[in-house]
Amino acid sequence: MATIELKQVAKKFGNNWAVKPMDLTIADGEFVCLLGPSGCGKTTTLRMISGLEAVTEGAILLDRRDVTWRHPSDRDIAFVFQFYALYPHMSVRENIAFPLQAEGEKKENIDKRVAEVVDLLRIGHLLKARPSKLSGGDQQRVALARALVRRPAAFLMDEPLGALDAELRETMRAEIKQLHLAQHATTVYVTHDQVEAMAMSDRIVVMSAAEVQQIGSPAQVYYDPANLFVARFIGSPGMNLLKGRIDGERVQVSGAGNTVPIPASYRSALATTGGDVVAGFRPEAAAISGNGGSMGGEIYAVDMHGSYKLLHVSVGEGEGASIVHIRSDRMAPYTIGSPVRFDIDPDMVRFFDPKSERALGRGIASPAARNDSKREVGQ
Amino acid sequence: MSATGLATAHSVVAPSSRSRKIAATLVILYAVISMVPLAWIFMTSFKTPPDSISYPPKIVFQPSLEGYCNLFTTRSRQTPEYIASLPPPAGVCDEVVRQRNMVIAGPSNYVPRFLNSLIIAFGSTFCAVALGTLAAYAFSRFKVPLADDLMFFILSTRFMPPIAVAIPIYLMYRELGLSDTKLGMIVLYTAVNVSLAVWLLKGFIDEIPREYEEAAMIDGYTRLQAFWKVVLPQATTGIAATAIFCLIFAWNEYAFALMLTSDTARTAPPSIATMLGRGGIEWSAIAAGSLGFLIPVVIVAFALRNYLLRGVTFGAIRQ
Repeated sequence: MATIELKQVAKKFGNNWAVKPMDLTIADGEFVCLLGPSGCGKTTTLRMISGLEAVTEGAILLDRRDVTWRHPSDRDIAFVFQFYALYPHMSVRENIAFPLQAEGEKKENIDKRVAEVVDLLRIGHLLKARPSKLSGGDQQRVALARALVRRPAAFLMDEPLGALDAELRETMRAEIKQLHLAQHATTVYVTHDQVEAMAMSDRIVVMSAAEVQQIGSPAQVYYDPANLFVARFIGSPGMNLLKGRIDGERVQVSGAGNTVPIPASYRSALATTGGDVVAGFRPEAAAISGNGGSMGGEIYAVDMHGSYKLLHVSVGEGEGASIVHIRSDRMAPYTIGSPVRFDIDPDMVRFFDPKSERALGRGIASPAARNDSKREVGQ
Repeated sequence: MSATGLATAHSVVAPSSRSRKIAATLVILYAVISMVPLAWIFMTSFKTPPDSISYPPKIVFQPSLEGYCNLFTTRSRQTPEYIASLPPPAGVCDEVVRQRNMVIAGPSNYVPRFLNSLIIAFGSTFCAVALGTLAAYAFSRFKVPLADDLMFFILSTRFMPPIAVAIPIYLMYRELGLSDTKLGMIVLYTAVNVSLAVWLLKGFIDEIPREYEEAAMIDGYTRLQAFWKVVLPQATTGIAATAIFCLIFAWNEYAFALMLTSDTARTAPPSIATMLGRGGIEWSAIAAGSLGFLIPVVIVAFALRNYLLRGVTFGAIRQ
């Protein structure tokens, strides 16, 4: 197992940046997700780590060894492709043994290691089959087996679950997580699915438009986003973001009668702004409160999510009008068009500079944001 | 089916049984028409020379091996007294030939020329497909400068019939000492076929996803090893199809062979043609020679039929 270091690594295709210079240090045994919308450069970054794509600038260190210009075959990394890339002309067994043959392993050693990894993934009954005869989940298990069998320094996975249907994706997600815990293997995992990233990673690298937006634990990127992009991108729906003006201990948003509280710890950070600020809060930060409440509006739509309902509330009128998403009890009998009022938990409010789009007073951590362990944070 | 049309469940998009019958009839008719010349050659090869030129053509006749005997031997005419003085005939051909007042003087040059054809056709096919596969892979996977122009240039070598450059090639070959050599013919047919091979194979290799090679390189192989172990096995369909096209061209080529070869490298097609006009046209011998000439291409096409018919397999990559 190994550490991975990216030092000012960048990639240009022609005159366009695919990845702007980025730094990233991945600890031994860490599970890191590269997360972002399509075309953000996450896959290019992964391919640069693997050596399938040459870097334009910067250096890549694997276990403190500079591998920037090494061929993929001598980087000692494994790569799991989105569409598995199982060799169709070989049986499952031959597929799994293929990387070991490259190393010139003895036959009995190959047999032993194939048997081990096949046991681990419970695919012993598939060994003689051709990949095309397997289900998507089994193909992915074989691809994982082919990656695991070499005991590489690091695993790189490019949207390995993207081609699976929803139910199977949940199963495979748990399997990959289990494998990671058992093997304690350094893993870089590319996905556009923030649920997947939140569920699996130790740390998430959020990317957009060829740039790293934030690097942090799932809790950090969720509760303490570095900028408006991350606030919008993480969570479904994303953070509610309302433009407003600071008015004493509260932010005035979306017209008269709607305010968001400013926690005492943020006051000095906000004092430097000219008064304009974007206030953000997650749907679960709102508590519906009868007739009181610092904000209110009309219900525009109601989504049933099973364990809870998501209310789309139309807040304010005219220029300041916006839709705010709040969570409510699954039994709550809200109907479209009816008025609703709610309060916002001050600990869950975040602030952003409307011009630079950066978070203000980030790191004034809330209790939730300090809770970094992936084993405790659900999504 | 009843008048209401409700009698049987049937697909409304699949071809109806009537249209399928019409299609089957047309295919069978076409097959029969295509087979007639072959049947004609087959029958003629077993006719005696008088039968082979009789009119109307005989459908029922006494089969004879005379055509085959004439194909494989050279003969000389002798007086009946001389033939009568000979020991009893040693074989079937001896007997057949003596009935025409002739004796076998030696083997004909059909077999060596047939071998020339085999060496030149298979040699040039191998070279064209090998070069074509490597070139197609390079065009498919690498950023080749001016790739489109180069591909067009390669195609442009087929814009005119190859024989249009016969005279320059003849002069070049004379200077280079390649006239009437097997190597010269292999080089020539390779040059003609390689453009076809590059274009056909590029299409096939483009269809093979790059992930396979990338996976192989990650798995510890060099690009060349990845090409050999992962790309080639998946390109077999395209390679087989390309090989057959190249082989058919090289095997049947007549004009260059007639012009550039005389004895050591002469191939079968001009050789069979020159059986005309040596003491009358030996139709049955020509038919026998043509029939033998068909065999290698039929064998190769038959051997590769699985590759030709098997759909390209993209099993492990969902498209």
